[in-house]
Amino acid sequence: MAELVELSAAIEELVADGDSLALEGFSHLAPFAAGHELIRQGQTDLTLIRMVPDLIADQLIGTGRLKKLVYSWAGNPGVGSLHRFRDAVEHDWPRPLELEEHSHAGMANRFVAGASGLPFAVMRGYVGTDLVGPAEAGGTLAFVDCPFTGEKLAAVRAVEPDVAIVHAQRADREGNVQLWGIVGVQKEAVLAAKRSLVTVEEVVDELEPVPGAVVLPSWVVDRVAVAPGGAHPTYAQDYSRRDDAYFVAWDKIARDRDTFTTWIEENVMRGGEA
Amino acid sequence: MSEAPDIPADDLIAIAVARTLRDREVAFVGIGLPSTAAILARRTHCPNLVLVYESGVLETDPPRLPLSVADGALAEHALALVPVPEMFNYWLAGGHVDVGLLGAAQVDRLGNVGSTVVGGTYGRPKVRLPGAGGAPEIGAAARHTTVMIRQNARSFVSDVDFITTVGQGRAPGGRSSLGLPGAGPDLVVTDIGVYEAAADGGELQLTALQPGRTVAEAREATPWDLSVVPDPGELRPPTAEELAVLAELAAGEAGAA
Repeated sequence: MAELVELSAAIEELVADGDSLALEGFSHLAPFAAGHELIRQGQTDLTLIRMVPDLIADQLIGTGRLKKLVYSWAGNPGVGSLHRFRDAVEHDWPRPLELEEHSHAGMANRFVAGASGLPFAVMRGYVGTDLVGPAEAGGTLAFVDCPFTGEKLAAVRAVEPDVAIVHAQRADREGNVQLWGIVGVQKEAVLAAKRSLVTVEEVVDELEPVPGAVVLPSWVVDRVAVAPGGAHPTYAQDYSRRDDAYFVAWDKIARDRDTFTTWIEENVMRGGEA
Repeated sequence: MSEAPDIPADDLIAIAVARTLRDREVAFVGIGLPSTAAILARRTHCPNLVLVYESGVLETDPPRLPLSVADGALAEHALALVPVPEMFNYWLAGGHVDVGLLGAAQVDRLGNVGSTVVGGTYGRPKVRLPGAGGAPEIGAAARHTTVMIRQNARSFVSDVDFITTVGQGRAPGGRSSLGLPGAGPDLVVTDIGVYEAAADGGELQLTALQPGRTVAEAREATPWDLSVVPDPGELRPPTAEELAVLAELAAGEAGAA
């Protein structure tokens, strides 16, 4: 049964140094409030598993919290590059960042395998691309022969995060969670993880059905924390709008190490929600 | 030779690609130029073009250009929203996509597309780009794939530094042994011309020129010995209708930001 707690208490309880964390949300419902709490608490040597590492990943990378990134597209959506990500890969600042890089289809299938309790998922792809070399060397991609047709197919290793953290529109008082709109791989991330935290816009007495909604029953969620606006600058459909100006502004903030560090100090470390 | 019209490079690319799309086709669309071309096509000659996006957006009618694949402009106007694994496994790999529209950092003579690293090595690149996203499997599974790119010495290369999305691979005809259902990137549209893969899995060849451009200009902006079809011809200049739609989209984008 999910327990309703404060965000800071949930992060403190669930996340330890060296853990692998899936922070999911496909440019919608991205768990920014939880990411900022992680930066404030200082857990380090983390592995971040995130299909679309956007600004929250840039912030975790630039503050040195990550040793490894497992992902499929690391950019500032609609704007361009992530400068803290680039600086880490190109110049090891503030520390070297190990990459485990896949395609979206590969990562999505890795989450499906994790949620299914399988060691890998099978798909048609990767062959002929230069993604193969690093992924094979890293032990997360192999090619297998179909036992029925003999076709050569790609096998991608399951992701099994220590902790999954996602943001959702709402939960009820029993801790059942409901999210809708672009639902990404949030269900798979929670089911693949050993422990899970869902931040929500609000807690309600009853979850009214919403078309296309994903429901995570209380018994697969460990902790629920209320964090209104917790997806900002991404959005929560029917609760908030995407803050496009923030993504544009981030390009300039993240370009320079000192500007970035000052921004984190003023907007994250001092407890305010940016 | 006609006078080069004063049209931005990206508009020329979007217009040329929009004209290649057919009504009722299913297009798997990326952010940026691909969205501009697809929305332009819907508002001109193919109102029933089906737009799908990797975020799980299954058929949408965006009122303005989307700034991300999860933009409300896509999500709130969708016929359905599906989980990301379903989008890639059922709708794309399942064989329901006619055309993939990709932007890119680099494209090469064999239609390979690079959007991962430029220069240096994979582990220590000169420039680290965002990476693959949905592109590799779009190129693998869509019936065919169109690449949209501004043509210059950095973008139009003999061999991409890193094959993110495979065309023919490192040798002509190499794709046939890969077992991929789609034709891969077989059409490349730039601000100079239109390039199509030779039928035997060979190099891209110039098949048409943007208005006012010349074969000599195309050769100069191409680092390999470019083959040109006999009499490549020139694309029709942008129509008033096409330019009006692009102006409307640009105004909507300024309003959104």
